[in-house]
Amino acid sequence: MRRVRPHRAASSVPSGWRVAGPGTAAVLSAAVALCGAAWLAATPSVHGQDARTPVVVWHSYGESEERGLSAATAAFEQANPDVDVRLVAIPWGAYASKLEAAIPVHRGPDVFIDAHNRARAYLDAGLIQPFGALSAEATDDLEPAHLAALTLDGTLYGVPVSVKAGALFVNEDLAAGRPLRALEDLEGLRSTLPSDVFPLAWDADDAYQFAALLHAYGGEMLSLEGTYRFVGREAERACEHLLRLLQTRTIPEETGYELVRDLFRGGHAVAAVSGPWLANDLPADLNYSVRPLPVVRGADGHAMEAYATVEAAMIAAHARSVSASRRVAAFLAGREGSVLRAVEGRHVVASRGAWLDPRLASDVRLRAFREAAAAGRVMSSHRSMHAVFTPAERALRKLLRGDAPIPAALTEGQHRFEDETREPPAARSPVFGLLALGMLLMLGCVSMVQRARDPSFRRDVRASMPAYRWVAHAALAVGVLVIAPLVVGAGTSFFAGHGRDLHYVGLANYIEILTARGGDLLGHGSVWTVLAVTLAWTAANITLHVALGVSLALLLHRPTLRMRGLYRVLLVLPWAVPSYVTALAWRGMFHRQFGAVNAVLVLFGGEPISWFARWTTAFAANVATNVWLGFPFMMVVTLGALTSIPRDLYEAAEVDGASPAQQFRHITLPLLRPSLAPAVAMGAVWTFNMFNVVYLVSAGEPDGSTEILVSEAYRWAFTRGQQVGYAAAYAVIIFLMLMVANRGLARIGQPVGGPGPKAGSA
Amino acid sequence: MSRSRLQEAAVHLVLWVAVLFALYPVMWVTTQALSGGGATEGRIIPWPATPSLDHFTAVIGRVTDEGVWLFGLQLLNSVVVSAATALTAIGIATPAAYALSRFRFVGAEGATRTLLATQMFPGVAASIPLYLLLDGAGLLDTRTGLVLVYATSAVPFAIFQLRGAFDAIPRELEEAAMVDGATRFVAFVRVVLPAVRPALAITALFAFMSAWNEFILAATFLTSEDLYTLPILLNRYASEHDSNFGHFAAGAIVVSVPVMLLFYALQRQLVSGLTAGGVKG
Repeated sequence: MRRVRPHRAASSVPSGWRVAGPGTAAVLSAAVALCGAAWLAATPSVHGQDARTPVVVWHSYGESEERGLSAATAAFEQANPDVDVRLVAIPWGAYASKLEAAIPVHRGPDVFIDAHNRARAYLDAGLIQPFGALSAEATDDLEPAHLAALTLDGTLYGVPVSVKAGALFVNEDLAAGRPLRALEDLEGLRSTLPSDVFPLAWDADDAYQFAALLHAYGGEMLSLEGTYRFVGREAERACEHLLRLLQTRTIPEETGYELVRDLFRGGHAVAAVSGPWLANDLPADLNYSVRPLPVVRGADGHAMEAYATVEAAMIAAHARSVSASRRVAAFLAGREGSVLRAVEGRHVVASRGAWLDPRLASDVRLRAFREAAAAGRVMSSHRSMHAVFTPAERALRKLLRGDAPIPAALTEGQHRFEDETREPPAARSPVFGLLALGMLLMLGCVSMVQRARDPSFRRDVRASMPAYRWVAHAALAVGVLVIAPLVVGAGTSFFAGHGRDLHYVGLANYIEILTARGGDLLGHGSVWTVLAVTLAWTAANITLHVALGVSLALLLHRPTLRMRGLYRVLLVLPWAVPSYVTALAWRGMFHRQFGAVNAVLVLFGGEPISWFARWTTAFAANVATNVWLGFPFMMVVTLGALTSIPRDLYEAAEVDGASPAQQFRHITLPLLRPSLAPAVAMGAVWTFNMFNVVYLVSAGEPDGSTEILVSEAYRWAFTRGQQVGYAAAYAVIIFLMLMVANRGLARIGQPVGGPGPKAGSA
Repeated sequence: MSRSRLQEAAVHLVLWVAVLFALYPVMWVTTQALSGGGATEGRIIPWPATPSLDHFTAVIGRVTDEGVWLFGLQLLNSVVVSAATALTAIGIATPAAYALSRFRFVGAEGATRTLLATQMFPGVAASIPLYLLLDGAGLLDTRTGLVLVYATSAVPFAIFQLRGAFDAIPRELEEAAMVDGATRFVAFVRVVLPAVRPALAITALFAFMSAWNEFILAATFLTSEDLYTLPILLNRYASEHDSNFGHFAAGAIVVSVPVMLLFYALQRQLVSGLTAGGVKG
């Protein structure tokens, strides 16, 4: 069951509540609404109306980096009293969606900071405007490669402020002065170290991280023109090297950032490959140094080249004052602003001149990050860049597991990339679609008029009037705030393209989805395969939610039970703690080498399991997590339902000599049903659409086989070149499938959406 | 030992196993929250290598440059928004659920089906239309707007849940009151509502929770830091390149405490049930 409801819609229009139902009910809800409105409508603090030009800057930095930004903007305001800079921190998880919603309606920032590789998507969505020409001085101060990364179709769309790339962190106590210039030197450490210390902590089965090794071997992920390049001899050699690193236990298995961090700061790794952000997570007393990535002797001594990301200040479309915005952005990127950001927020600044400042020149670690960034390879700004990582990573993991020979796995990755980034369907004339829509509307009108003519129908409507007064407000609120946004969203499914750059394609998206884009209907990524997984997922979860929730509620309902209150409170904990954190804890528990689940298995004489290497175990891990998250809800609903069963029924049954089992079957179960049925029905629907567990725990592993329909829809919307129309068509298909399933269930005799028992009229 | 004693012991054993299952992952989160910058130890039973409250004090002690206690302010925002969401959702859903349970009217069936249908549509695409709606109503960047969005999205479930509860109440209860001269509305308020208290409590808790942990819509609709709810603050610790998982874990633990307290307070409603209702008409 989900606890955080991902993007669900709902409504405004408080006036709707005033038309509400019969007398006091209306007063009640209207009072709540109006009091609420009066109480809550405290307007956000507005800066005094002064003559200064406001420039709103959005960023998604964490606290430490934010300090640097604040110091720089404060200095700017001091030097430019005519400008008022307002910094707004937006959590990274909502950053892109907020920019996309706010900028088109002129509620967005004037300047915002984001990675260069998002610029293309922002340009597609019409969210940024050309930065304009930089002064000669500013151009000289910045790296040409960084400016090139922000130049799209020949126009500059932002000014580089910082650069981030992976570096080599070395624990000096463990390294003990040994030269670690080559990756092979680290491999050589293996025999000298105890088994619980790794030469290198590196999450190399992540395609983004692995690219560093691939680059050393002369390979690349994506060509400048957007062709997938993670195939061929260079890629194979890099993969062979990675396999060797794993087989010799130079690096740990199934590594993610959290494990790299934990191993390195716990003294269980001599070195680690990570970005500057790792430094924030290391304790002050750890004796470590930062160096550029090592060379690879097997690759003719070429150095590993991590992907570098250029953080840039971009001018938003509809910025209030373009000139003031440019001044702010240029100051942040310039020498003075950069020094302040580096000193106060430890930004690895892009400005060359800033590094001449004595405070930066003497900061050994910060300089090391800069050197590492300079040795990195700036990631391509191509639209398809993000679409590379999932197919590449799945190929990588497949060959690491030994499920396929290296060339076959790589070629498969290429096919998937090409399938997912294929050209959108050609534009079609909307005439036919409009005609069909018009026909439908007309048919609807005609049938309504026909019904309205029927005198018995009119009588029914008149008899219904009292009931309408009870439901009007709810109908209005749900109609405006839930249904209307969903209908608008569904409308996107008839369009294709990237971001806002959409064209009408009729039913082409639907046809592509339902025919698996011409591929194997039961193959990888086909909607039918994913549907089967989703059905299994829903069935497994709901069965376990209900079984666990109902049995615990029955136990807790025993009148003689002691410590009931304590049990009840402890058992709702999974519902109370935010699921993002607990889902990650579950993922950690299923780790092959370090997870608690395998530790328990070994304790009882079992063999450790690679949970995410096989469909069955990965699926089981997802289900375990989601059952844990969802059973408290079902338990609480059952507890409530149990209390409404009159106790004298049981007493009467006991007198009649009914056994506890008979009482359960003939009293408890039938009387639980009306209260439990809606929770089960809704729970099934929510589970069907519950994507964050799949996303956070198995992440679709192995090989995308544990994805469910809704997580596929999210991938199309966000990681495959923002094909929002395609994603919307996916959503509509999910909706239609659920509708059909509901009708089917209702027919079998579970009146889930059907009308309640009828009473006479009011 | 008598048979009932043995049974009692078995029940406790089962419950303790369940509690262990519920607590165990939370223990990992707590350990992360208590490890001040250092490593965590233990593979089966987690414990912090160097226990410290640094993450908690850092999260709770956040103060703005103007000396405003940010955590306190955002906690207050969260409580206000979630409580208002629960009240509003119940206010909208209760009369509608009652009508669906007691009246036969044209469109009832269609409305019920539509309500269920709203839950089936994954809301990937709805956040931008909603943003435009709130913008048009002048409710962007207000707590009112956020409450309205949360409350209406909780309404479909609330209606189903409450209709189920109303269906379980014998019709004779309010009919007796109406024979005694009460209007239907008076009978509804004084006889029926007290009888469905457990369902009201669950529905309120559900609506409260849906607002309490939500962050994407909150972060999208709110722009002023003094209106932010706690999940927005928390999610800033999970930035792309500047994450602080210790802070996040500490914040998650803190955020769950009010929910536990609320649930503890609500459980009386969950166990008292019918005994109090239905006698006042």
